Amino acid sequence: MSIDPRETIAAREDDRARPLRSQLLHINMGPQHPATHGVLRLFVTTDGEVVSRVVPYIGYLHRCAEKIAEGNTYHQYVLYTDRMDYLAAMNQNWTYCLAVESLMRAAGMEVEIPEYAEYVRVIIGELNRIASHLISFGTYGLDIGAFTPFLHAIREREAILNVFEKVCGARLMYTYYDVGGVKWDIPPAAMDEIKLFVELFPKKLDEYNTLLTNNEIFIGRTANVGVISPEDAVGYGCSGPVLRGSGVDWDLRRDEPYSIYDRFDWKPAVGTGEMGTVGDCWDRYKVRMDEMAESTRIVQQCLDQMPATGEVMAEMPKILKIPPSEIFFRAEAPKGELAFYIVSDGGNIPFRCKTRSPSLHNLGVIEKVGRGLMISDLVATVGSLDLVLGEIDR
Amino acid sequence: MEALLQTLQGIGWMQSWPEWMLLATAALTVATGILAIVAVAVMAFSLAERKVAGFMQSRYGPMYVGGWHGILQPIADGIKFLLKEDIAPVNADQALWRAAPVVVFTGAFLSFVVLPFGPSFVGAKLDVGLFYTFATSSLVVIGIIMAGWGSANKWSLYGAMRGASQVISYEIPLAISVLPVVIATGTLNLGVITEAQAGWIWRWHVFHPLLLASFLVYLVAALAEVNRIPFDLPESESELVAGYHTEYTGMKFAFFMLGEYADMFAVSAIAVTVFLGGYHSGVPVVDKVVPAPLIFLTKSVLMVFVMMWLRWTLPRLRVDQLMNVCWRVLLPIILGILLLYGLLKTIH
Repeated sequence: MSIDPRETIAAREDDRARPLRSQLLHINMGPQHPATHGVLRLFVTTDGEVVSRVVPYIGYLHRCAEKIAEGNTYHQYVLYTDRMDYLAAMNQNWTYCLAVESLMRAAGMEVEIPEYAEYVRVIIGELNRIASHLISFGTYGLDIGAFTPFLHAIREREAILNVFEKVCGARLMYTYYDVGGVKWDIPPAAMDEIKLFVELFPKKLDEYNTLLTNNEIFIGRTANVGVISPEDAVGYGCSGPVLRGSGVDWDLRRDEPYSIYDRFDWKPAVGTGEMGTVGDCWDRYKVRMDEMAESTRIVQQCLDQMPATGEVMAEMPKILKIPPSEIFFRAEAPKGELAFYIVSDGGNIPFRCKTRSPSLHNLGVIEKVGRGLMISDLVATVGSLDLVLGEIDR
Repeated sequence: MEALLQTLQGIGWMQSWPEWMLLATAALTVATGILAIVAVAVMAFSLAERKVAGFMQSRYGPMYVGGWHGILQPIADGIKFLLKEDIAPVNADQALWRAAPVVVFTGAFLSFVVLPFGPSFVGAKLDVGLFYTFATSSLVVIGIIMAGWGSANKWSLYGAMRGASQVISYEIPLAISVLPVVIATGTLNLGVITEAQAGWIWRWHVFHPLLLASFLVYLVAALAEVNRIPFDLPESESELVAGYHTEYTGMKFAFFMLGEYADMFAVSAIAVTVFLGGYHSGVPVVDKVVPAPLIFLTKSVLMVFVMMWLRWTLPRLRVDQLMNVCWRVLLPIILGILLLYGLLKTIH
């Protein structure tokens, strides 16, 4: 039986008359701190090892992305979406392109994405989801103190990045998706690599589970820690693995199917509280592990179903001008629900392009969950939210 | 050292020297020799750690410095540490801040004085050798607290607080875990404890079931004592930046690392001496051929390897879990073993 930090804090607050009183310590965790995965600053008030208050401060990586959108054409802005969640740039590209295509349809324009291009989009998007979750898995190991899983995760991510490099020439900022399809076809060599990856990856996942997921110390550090109740998860606008980790079965790929997701046989991973309470760090972590397996299945089905060859780009006007209209489009990025709200005024640049980034809303919950945790637990909880500051600050 | 003193007295031109000069010469020689052994061992460990890490993470580790598998990497590191800017925080308590690395390293280094590397390869044959090693290795925690407090950094202070509570707690099971061996041999003299394990391999203390249990307790407690993963809470780089040595740069930082590795070597060497037959190989014929220090060092290095292996495999515990392991698991177990072993000895 371990001591519940919440009780300790309550005892401290009740017991004002004790001769030995400790002082609260204010301490900045970040913006330069190894646990915050970037330039997040957590202002933490601690009572010994116990955190009594945590306030996140953001904005260190603000690059005016939304304002930049108002000065660039619809095509040009694709490469700025790369810089948001730089670990899942493909998914950002994709969601933005889907949003613009929806806007075109809403404005009464014709846009028909070729079937082959849809399959290419799903394959690359799901591979990037795996790559993003691999980083999340690896860095979470680092947060808990296990160094080795990170290097193993990087090794597998390397295979995916090699595919991306063959596909579009870039390894981090792809700008591969474009409004109307994708820029280039997947070359045969990259296709072989994808097939090999899909074949080998499930074995690697088993390896990870042996190394970290089922490790006694890891379970001790993450189970029953940083519990986000389903009500809180919904209330704070959490999405993606954070929402599903709390036991809410909600995945846009299934519940609001876009692209061709309705053609595949898969199911969203949902936290079950297997090792402790539903919504603890271990559940969020496990949801990502299961999602990697599901994504592999989706890619496998894509490879089986897709036509041998085809067009990768729809017929698009040379200069894309969209009649006055507006659209709010959301899709399931690796971090959660990524959404774009785009208003067009008839010109070739958007009047307004607002991004709803999942990490920002996932971060909000830390203020409630962080109270009463120990410092180590705070690190574990922040890590389990899988934040990317490029996306929060934009 | 006594043997060395006699040798010195035997040398013709030294016979006119007063007693204290001979003693000082002998002591300095021994100290330099031990320092050299420890320094070389620590350098080898720093390379070994990277190689072990590389091996476990399917990569190479250092490969370029020195031409062959990065063999000169430790020397390059040493030069780098020397050339680094020596920054002192403005608000630091300068005296404490400067002394801390030295205290940490000295505490780790002092244990080697009594360790028997071979039958005649001992710094000092103290009758309370075992007691002495535990006493000196406790000095490390004072250095950690000095560093944490002197740095005027909140993260350092956290590291120091954790370090102090951890080392003090784990010292208890650590010290008790060697007591069954003391009961078995009836002495605290490390040389005598080693001699009790001479001969075939099953004479090693670790092959007695109860002593095996206490060896395992010793291993866990020793990991905590030297602040290695899964017990590296004072440093825990993902939580406390770098713990108590956050503010240290250059050679001062290097001294902390030297201290850590020397400490690791020390607890491994103590484990080898007390439980694993010391400088005996376990096969009497081999003992006659292979030099004793070589056997001793090989065993110690293997023990250090086990620690590195754990370091690159396991995650880290939380503070309260750490204390639970110590007070609610290790301490009852080791007290039970001690009681049982004492009873057995009394009955026989």
